[in-house]
Amino acid sequence: MSVTVHEQHHPWPLRIAHWTQALAILIMIGSGWRIYNSVPIFPFRFPETFTLGGTIKHTLSHSNDPGVANAIAWHFAGMWLLGAAFLLYLLYGLLSGHFRRDLLPVGPKSFVRDFVAAATFRLPHTLGVYNAVQRAFYWGVVLSVTMMIASGLAIWKPVQFGWLTALFGGFQGARLVHFLFMSALVGFLVVHLALVALVPKTLVSMITGHVRETMQAPAE
Amino acid sequence: MTDFDPALRTALAKRQLLRGGLSLGALTFLTGCDVSDNEAVQRALHAISRWNDRVQAALFNPNRLAPEFDDRLAHYPFRYNAWYPEEKSPKLDVSTYRLALGGKIANKTPWTVEELHDLPQVTQITRHVCVEGWSMIGMWSGTPLRTFLERVGADTSRRYVGFECADGYYESLDMPSALHPQTLMAFQLANRPLPPRHGFPFKIRVATKLGFKNPKWITAIYVTDRNPSGFWPDRGYNWFSGS
Ligand code: HEM
Repeated sequence: MSVTVHEQHHPWPLRIAHWTQALAILIMIGSGWRIYNSVPIFPFRFPETFTLGGTIKHTLSHSNDPGVANAIAWHFAGMWLLGAAFLLYLLYGLLSGHFRRDLLPVGPKSFVRDFVAAATFRLPHTLGVYNAVQRAFYWGVVLSVTMMIASGLAIWKPVQFGWLTALFGGFQGARLVHFLFMSALVGFLVVHLALVALVPKTLVSMITGHVRETMQAPAE
Repeated sequence: MTDFDPALRTALAKRQLLRGGLSLGALTFLTGCDVSDNEAVQRALHAISRWNDRVQAALFNPNRLAPEFDDRLAHYPFRYNAWYPEEKSPKLDVSTYRLALGGKIANKTPWTVEELHDLPQVTQITRHVCVEGWSMIGMWSGTPLRTFLERVGADTSRRYVGFECADGYYESLDMPSALHPQTLMAFQLANRPLPPRHGFPFKIRVATKLGFKNPKWITAIYVTDRNPSGFWPDRGYNWFSGS
């Protein structure tokens, strides 16, 4: 009988970056949804429960405003937290070799292979090793957060950062991009939480920094 | 703590997850609703908003112009927006209207509508962006606020210009934004006299700021070193709100 040990390490800068980004993204989604609800660009609104900006009844009676002032205050506070956490994540990922070691390479071939395996429930989860689908996913998050920050700046400062707004095809284009990548992030969040629920050990390592798993291969 | 049993840890994590389940986000937001109403949170958000005022003032380039558009893109009629219905908007009488001046201004003689209309005018076609998310391109004609302030001998080394409106609204601009070439006393919309519902006899059109920084039905202009704030900033919106 042979025993293999799998380990996952998450050094503290990575954990800080992960949890502050998680908090910041929840703040940005919650407040963004409240802002969206005041003048929706699509024919639907987000349920008030999932938005951030105070009890609407309270803010209406207090300041004649459906919590949009609060939501904007949250959004422009959260952006600093997000920016700082994302910067820490990028710097750590680049300098420590985490990106190169754990998130690369992601080739189309390995992606298709792992995707098919995952879809047919034949993809084993090895603690500490990211499969190609996961890798592609994490790069998708990096792209999405980058696009959220860029399109956010473009709608926040369409005059001072006019060149950036122009890159998105103007103000309305930037707003649409802001909405699309928000949706991508929400999609990621749902899948991410579902996967963590399936393999809770990974949550442990993201909190404590370390987890190991001993696997016993069946007797020969 | 360090050699906490991993199996127990995993069990704990699993239980936590099951309890919170996928509604983890939902829980955060449920408490989030109350969080925003909390006094200490309000103070913290307010402090960050003041910091954001300073960041935006630093980002503001007095020479950078807001994009101008083709006149075919300019909307008319324009969207009405206030916290009360259109019928309730002030209807000012040309014969009795006087613009009052105050604060650090040398010549405080009130102005009539005819006198205002005799001032030199320019036209701009720019995008009006509302803090709630909608935006609309409009064509405004009027006198650069800078020209007016210079003519009445305003001390432009002071920090703020404040505005009072016939409907009880009030707003203010930092001096660099007030002196920006695209900050106008707008007397016309799409080459027609500014309709009563849009602020007759004039509104302040600030192409480098959000819509609520563009006060209408102006009855008084004053120059000061004390930040006069504004109707919506006093209700939690960011004061600088620059574009
Ligand atoms: C994960 C990050 C973010 C998420 C999920 C997010 C989400 C949203 C959503 C859903 C809206 C409402 C969209 C609409 O009604 O058009 C919004 C609006 C906005 N966001 Fe973000 N956002 C994020 C990051 C940022 C950043 C970094 C900035 C940087 C300045 C930013 C600036 C803005 C602005 C200026 C608005 C429009 C506010 C208004 O209409 O007054 N966002 N955001």
